[in-house]
Amino acid sequence: MTLLDELGYLLGDPLMRRALLAALLVGVSAPVVGTYLVQRRLSLLGDGIGHVALTGVALGWMIGAATGLAPDALAVPGAVVAAIAGSVLIEVVRRRGRTSGDLALAIMFYGGIAGGVLLIGLAGGSSGNLMAYLFGSISTVTTTDLLLTAVLCAVILLVGLGLRAALFSVSHDEEFATASGLPVWALNMAVAVVAALTVTVAMRVVGLLLVSALMIVPVAVGQLVTHSFRRTMLVASLVGVSVCLVGLSLTYWQDVSPGAAIVVLAIGVYAVVAIVRPLLARGRPAGDPHPDIPDDVEVAGRAPAGVRAPAAAGSGEECVG
Amino acid sequence: MTSVATSPAASTTAPAPAVEARGVHVRLGGSHILRGVDLTVDRGDVVALLGANGSGKSTLVRTLVGVLPASAGTVRVLGRPLGDAVPWGEVGYVPQRVGAGTTVPSTAAEVVASGLLHGRRLRLPRGWRARAREALDLVGLADRADDATSQLSGGQQQRVLIARALVREPELLLLDEPVAGVDRPSQEAFAATMARLVGEGLTVLVVLHELGELAPLVTRAVVLRHGRVVHDGAPPRPHGGHDALEHDHVHPHEPAPLADERGLTRDPITGGPDREARP
Repeated sequence: MTLLDELGYLLGDPLMRRALLAALLVGVSAPVVGTYLVQRRLSLLGDGIGHVALTGVALGWMIGAATGLAPDALAVPGAVVAAIAGSVLIEVVRRRGRTSGDLALAIMFYGGIAGGVLLIGLAGGSSGNLMAYLFGSISTVTTTDLLLTAVLCAVILLVGLGLRAALFSVSHDEEFATASGLPVWALNMAVAVVAALTVTVAMRVVGLLLVSALMIVPVAVGQLVTHSFRRTMLVASLVGVSVCLVGLSLTYWQDVSPGAAIVVLAIGVYAVVAIVRPLLARGRPAGDPHPDIPDDVEVAGRAPAGVRAPAAAGSGEECVG
Repeated sequence: MTSVATSPAASTTAPAPAVEARGVHVRLGGSHILRGVDLTVDRGDVVALLGANGSGKSTLVRTLVGVLPASAGTVRVLGRPLGDAVPWGEVGYVPQRVGAGTTVPSTAAEVVASGLLHGRRLRLPRGWRARAREALDLVGLADRADDATSQLSGGQQQRVLIARALVREPELLLLDEPVAGVDRPSQEAFAATMARLVGEGLTVLVVLHELGELAPLVTRAVVLRHGRVVHDGAPPRPHGGHDALEHDHVHPHEPAPLADERGLTRDPITGGPDREARP
């Protein structure tokens, strides 16, 4: 009964309720976008955007201080603008040259952090003011924050799920998508913008330094247990929402950073699934992994010379017919 | 590109050629790969695009579908200048298979269904699952629809890409080495499928290393060499050699016996060395 009582206190706390709602929204959305990023081999894109968003936070802080607003009133809008600008820039660089994308990403990592620390200093703050954004500050989510999170998550899910087939096509095989006359540029930009929005909403929950983990690790779990893109996305979202809710709830009793708890949980889930799955998976029958393809090389001793293996010949015909 | 969309040819009863390329030049990273290629593929034709490695076959096909930009010249596909005006739902493209990496898994049906999207159609139509399965059936893989593509053999993966091009029921099919490195059953299944579709009026432009199983279907052969068309006409007659049935196509790891430096004195199509002769 004590556990239920404790859960009752947990849900009775308005601060905690808002935090849980935000975590739920972010936990569902981030892995949806992460699935596309993993498929495009851009797993680290979220990190790059996160670093750039820090400069946006500081810039918003600076403008807020200059105009006499509350210093962090413009921090989130600043992050949104910087994150979108950064991810669009990465996308442009990726299109221009293939080799420089990696380098461009690295430069943005460092430039983003350095710029953020520099600007926050100029705005009269200290790098301590950035900690909340770097490591998350979900316990201070206001109703306005929650509303903004809900709107941004709705946009993310609308694009990420509504355009799933087109985004799959362009992420899976860009050349074929181009040769199908699809608006590849616009679709790539859609992924970039949605990734940027995801980074800024997840910033409150896990912090900019751990945003990417929430987008990527659930996808890593998903692809361990499914064969299909849709199911990977579904499993990733379920894992994302579970670790967000459980991780955040744990911090109600144990005073640890929610962001860190959520990410460690996600990695824990990945580790457990990676270890348990091979034990549970029914052993594939040893032997021919492609039974419908006839063996083209006869190994001495397996079949009498001069005699075609009947099984191989039979399955070959079946395949042609 | 500057001419009006409805050219005189399109307004008469005879339909415009399926593919019409004029003076196409392509430069990639400083190298001049295509140097003034003219190519016409008429409706119902099955044109084989042949040539040594590096002759520009793939570049030409990729330019025709808009993947690579032409630095000069014009391309019209199904009577429309390359771009949004092309009825992409009537064009199927099979790229060369790229090595499957470890990204997010996708089933054969999912990959094939992405072929149903084209132009401004960004969402799957109703009944996409059944259509994907039908297309997979065409290439003999209906029973593998729900398997991850990474679990399929190289030849089966290639067949999935062919099904992806066929699922939209194209009028024009462009294929880039569809049988390169493909196991024998997949090659035979592919040839049988092509024979049926060509019988139904499909127009085909196919990049090949050798005519192989497709030889009976090919109506015309175009040979590229160093980015220029050096032969455009009748396909080569099979002559008990390179592409005879009993000939095992094995490339020994030794220099080609006769690397022709000057051009086409050897049988240009089937007998050429399997590498680019350097000038």
